[in-house]
Amino acid sequence: MNGRLSFLSRRRLAGSRNSSRKFIALSLLPAVLLVAVFTYYPFGRGIVMAFQNYTLFDLTNVRFIGFDNFKGIFSDPKFLDALTNSAYWVFLSLIFQFVIGLAIALMLNKRFRGRGLFQGFVFYPWALSGFLIGLIWKWLFNSQIGVINDLLLRTGLIDERIGFLSDPQWAMFSVIVANVWYGIAFFAIMLLAALQSVPSELYEAGSMDGAGGIRKLFNITLPYIMPTVLTTTLLRAIWIFNDPAIIYGLTNGGPAGKTHILSSLMLDRIMYGGDYGAASAIGLVMIGLLLLYTIFYLTVTKAGKLGDF
Amino acid sequence: MKRYSLRGLKVVSLAVYFALMVFPLLWIAITSLKPQKDIFTYPIRYWPETLTWQNYADIIRVSKFQIYIANSLLVALTAALIVAVISVLSAYVMARFSFRGHGQVMLGFFLTQMLPGFISLGPLYMMMTRLDLVNTRFSLILMYTVGLIPFSTILLKGFFERIPKSLEEAAMIDGCSRLSALVRVILPVMMNGITATFIFAFVQNWNELFMAVMFIDNEALKTLPVAMNSFVMKFDIDWGAMSAGTMMSVIPTVVLFAIAQRYIVEGLTQGAVKG
Repeated sequence: MNGRLSFLSRRRLAGSRNSSRKFIALSLLPAVLLVAVFTYYPFGRGIVMAFQNYTLFDLTNVRFIGFDNFKGIFSDPKFLDALTNSAYWVFLSLIFQFVIGLAIALMLNKRFRGRGLFQGFVFYPWALSGFLIGLIWKWLFNSQIGVINDLLLRTGLIDERIGFLSDPQWAMFSVIVANVWYGIAFFAIMLLAALQSVPSELYEAGSMDGAGGIRKLFNITLPYIMPTVLTTTLLRAIWIFNDPAIIYGLTNGGPAGKTHILSSLMLDRIMYGGDYGAASAIGLVMIGLLLLYTIFYLTVTKAGKLGDF
Repeated sequence: MKRYSLRGLKVVSLAVYFALMVFPLLWIAITSLKPQKDIFTYPIRYWPETLTWQNYADIIRVSKFQIYIANSLLVALTAALIVAVISVLSAYVMARFSFRGHGQVMLGFFLTQMLPGFISLGPLYMMMTRLDLVNTRFSLILMYTVGLIPFSTILLKGFFERIPKSLEEAAMIDGCSRLSALVRVILPVMMNGITATFIFAFVQNWNELFMAVMFIDNEALKTLPVAMNSFVMKFDIDWGAMSAGTMMSVIPTVVLFAIAQRYIVEGLTQGAVKG
């Protein structure tokens, strides 16, 4: 009886190999086709544009111009500013998002009454768009009637209002603050999920060996969640680098281009100048930097430890 | 004693964090309910004497926000539905079968999440012009669908991998076809994953700005973010109306995310956490 059933089922599954192949092809087709045509084709087209004179207002004069777009952007002080700003933007945003996110995750790891509700209230920036977060902070940072200036004045920490968004000395700091505020939730959520998966036996064994809280943190907890830490910081750095939305909403690159990062400058070239060639050249520089960063990161951290996510 | 103070530190830190996270949106909510003149009074009034819905009434009566909300709903819902259907199929195949090109397809999906996507914005605009899709809501439905297929496939693949193969094999032995086994046996089991993916896609679509700004400049077709964007350029000073617009933009997504957060995290982290 048993043998008969397994014989039958084996035949049925084997006979379906051909139809299986058809099923695979048909199920994947829409996804692969759409992504190929509307993501990879324009992406490739965009890379070609980096070597073309391609401006929206001069479409009759599209031609290959070699590396002229690159010469153009490298002699533009705004581009060089954006290059340094990108470094600050990624590095400082990432460090603060990660450290605060980890601290919050550790504090939320042990169950307490109201924890779910607490998470519901503090993790909502996930659901907002970068553009709106930019607008919200634009209002908070307002130099005339902004609430941050008001609180600082009332508490006597400053005597004069600060032009958080208009003063070139402060503007980059301000956009990074908004970005940190936005990104803490990502790390807190991801790291909390990782912390919850640490087997409690490990801690029990640690206690028996007489390890205290700090030693348990460094010898048990952090090594255990290391794969998540490496994956999330790698991905997050790339996303922060690529995403211009907060800057677009908050300063739109101002004052005088002082808060542009590479991605917001690229967007600016597309939306305001219609200079697709220059934008693509900036994009290619970004791809180069991303490649270098990823290779460096994977070498230093030894890719083997990365989670497959 | 030491234990006690450590706990105190934790409570204080969490309270500070709570205040820092909640205050910005709360402040927008308060601003949106202030009468115009109170917004600009100095010193700042932290709790307004009179609350009013005037700002909300204004952006609906004067700025026709209901049109933008309707457009956003239409575009975001339609694209999220199509994404769910297409990605369920692709994720199922990626999770269950190994075939030539499997690794390349997966890599192709992953890379879309890493590359600076705005390189395609110019070429896409040219494509949309050639296809005569500029100033249509269809252009957004199409592009939002395409944009979310890779991430949704990766997310759903994780959910499929947690469902034992024997489940659909049993159904197939009973005479179900592969597709009907998928629809009747597996999908009901992973409704959480599908709902999470759908909500994630909806929120992303609802929030998308830059493609919508590029493709749409017809008043009747604008989505909410595009309207907010024109709003910033037109009335940079009118913070009452801006706050009301912001509140109307964020409330739906904040509520939805609160519902789906647990499942999205579940789907996102299980690969990374397993290591």
